[in-house]
Amino acid sequence: MNIQFRESSEAASPLTAKTAIADCDIHPARATRTELYPYLAKRWQHHLEIYGVHAYQGMMEGPPYPKAQPNASRRDAYPPEGGPQGSSLSFMQTQHLDPNNVQLGVLNPLNAGQGIRNHELSAALCSAINDWQIDKWTSKDKRLKASIVVGNEDGLSAAAEIRERAGDKNFVQVLLLSRNVEPLGQRRYWPIYQAAEEAGLPVGVHAFGFGGNPITPSGWPSYYIEEMVGHSQCQQSALASLVLEGVFERFPKLKMVMIEAGFGWAPSLAWRLDKAWQRLRSEVPHVKRPPSEYIREQVWWTTQPMEDPERREDLFDVIKWIGWDRLLFATDYPHWDYDEPSRVLPPGVSDANREAFYLGNARKLYGID
Amino acid sequence: MARHVIAPVDELPPGTRKFLEIDGRPIAVFNIKGEYFGLLNRCPHQGAALCEGPLIGLAQSKDPGEIEYTKLGEIIRCPWHGWEFDVRTGQSYCDPRRFRVKAYPAHVEPGANVVKGPYVAETIPVRVESDYVVVEL
Repeated sequence: MNIQFRESSEAASPLTAKTAIADCDIHPARATRTELYPYLAKRWQHHLEIYGVHAYQGMMEGPPYPKAQPNASRRDAYPPEGGPQGSSLSFMQTQHLDPNNVQLGVLNPLNAGQGIRNHELSAALCSAINDWQIDKWTSKDKRLKASIVVGNEDGLSAAAEIRERAGDKNFVQVLLLSRNVEPLGQRRYWPIYQAAEEAGLPVGVHAFGFGGNPITPSGWPSYYIEEMVGHSQCQQSALASLVLEGVFERFPKLKMVMIEAGFGWAPSLAWRLDKAWQRLRSEVPHVKRPPSEYIREQVWWTTQPMEDPERREDLFDVIKWIGWDRLLFATDYPHWDYDEPSRVLPPGVSDANREAFYLGNARKLYGID
Repeated sequence: MARHVIAPVDELPPGTRKFLEIDGRPIAVFNIKGEYFGLLNRCPHQGAALCEGPLIGLAQSKDPGEIEYTKLGEIIRCPWHGWEFDVRTGQSYCDPRRFRVKAYPAHVEPGANVVKGPYVAETIPVRVESDYVVVEL
């Protein structure tokens, strides 16, 4: 007989990609509320129980449940042993890392202590999440590498955290978010860039954050779909600030990774910046070259959410401007807007570019053999 | 078109679904308010196990501010990207011209019909006096 019964449909799900890939945006989650306590001093454990965390804005927990899917995650990604999506290493291996042939997975923990008004607490939580990333993830699966989460609003303590982790092969980048108290190029954040440059670590800027500003420049929107597209507007402001405040000029070896905000907007932002700079150069004389030059030399882009225009030639035109050597494949696992590796890149790409897109660029940028 | 017995009716009450694999194809069979429907369990967009998603209704609007919510429990929403398909027909509501899920007819047959022929499933002890859900593909 040819019928096989299953409790769930898991075994029949996705087509497996044979191509070896890097996944440059994976979100690990804590299984329980108190999972970080072993990495926090008693003083902060008690503080959390008595006072909680105070963000610069409401909705500190990020995705108000369920935000398109429960915990903004794939509905099929609940670990069998319980807990939220992304909280089980073994299930992540079974559902994602193994079948998709992930050879390098970069962890970007969210809701991890950034954007908290008490800067000492912020620093303690960020340091705890970094210890937790080693203990629970990178030391248990060598394919996984962590991002150094830093208390972004206090540049000095953030720089200290980076220096403490520098040289530790468990970490491959510094993690910032796109929504901060001020645009990311401003001076208060410079110690972060300085420490990252010294450590030879790229700085990833992931969409999202808790700076207290609305997601769109024109105010708080009504719909989640507006938030989804707001991420790219937010990222554009962050990138313009980094260029125009002179961060790239001041830290020429700094590498930035724009994470989860698309990349189709990159050429037009660069063109507008260049045009304005030709007219207004004297306002920002520390920006010595056309803005597009800094962007093309010092910025990388993760692919998820991958642009999906009607004409694939349009996608290729954008990538040609950015450079096939600048894209880092990402799935955003376990989040609901996950990109399936075998389905994102249209046909018509050379083998060399495909390899760079899926794996080579990430290995090179993050220094993984 | 072959028929496959997949469950006694009392194992698939209204509001439930059953996942199975027939000839290597992942299939899900739904009981919606006493009617049975079969769908290929693969989203035509990026290949997710489509039927792991929730059954919702269909939100439509003639004008901003006027929302009609119909087909309650008849729309399957993909567990990944939320694409919506009509369980009755496999039709997509995002892009009906380009995307459709293969639908397979499913219905109930009395045991007297399924014990004798190619319908019998070895994994289900079939009794003549029972009714069974049968899917065709």
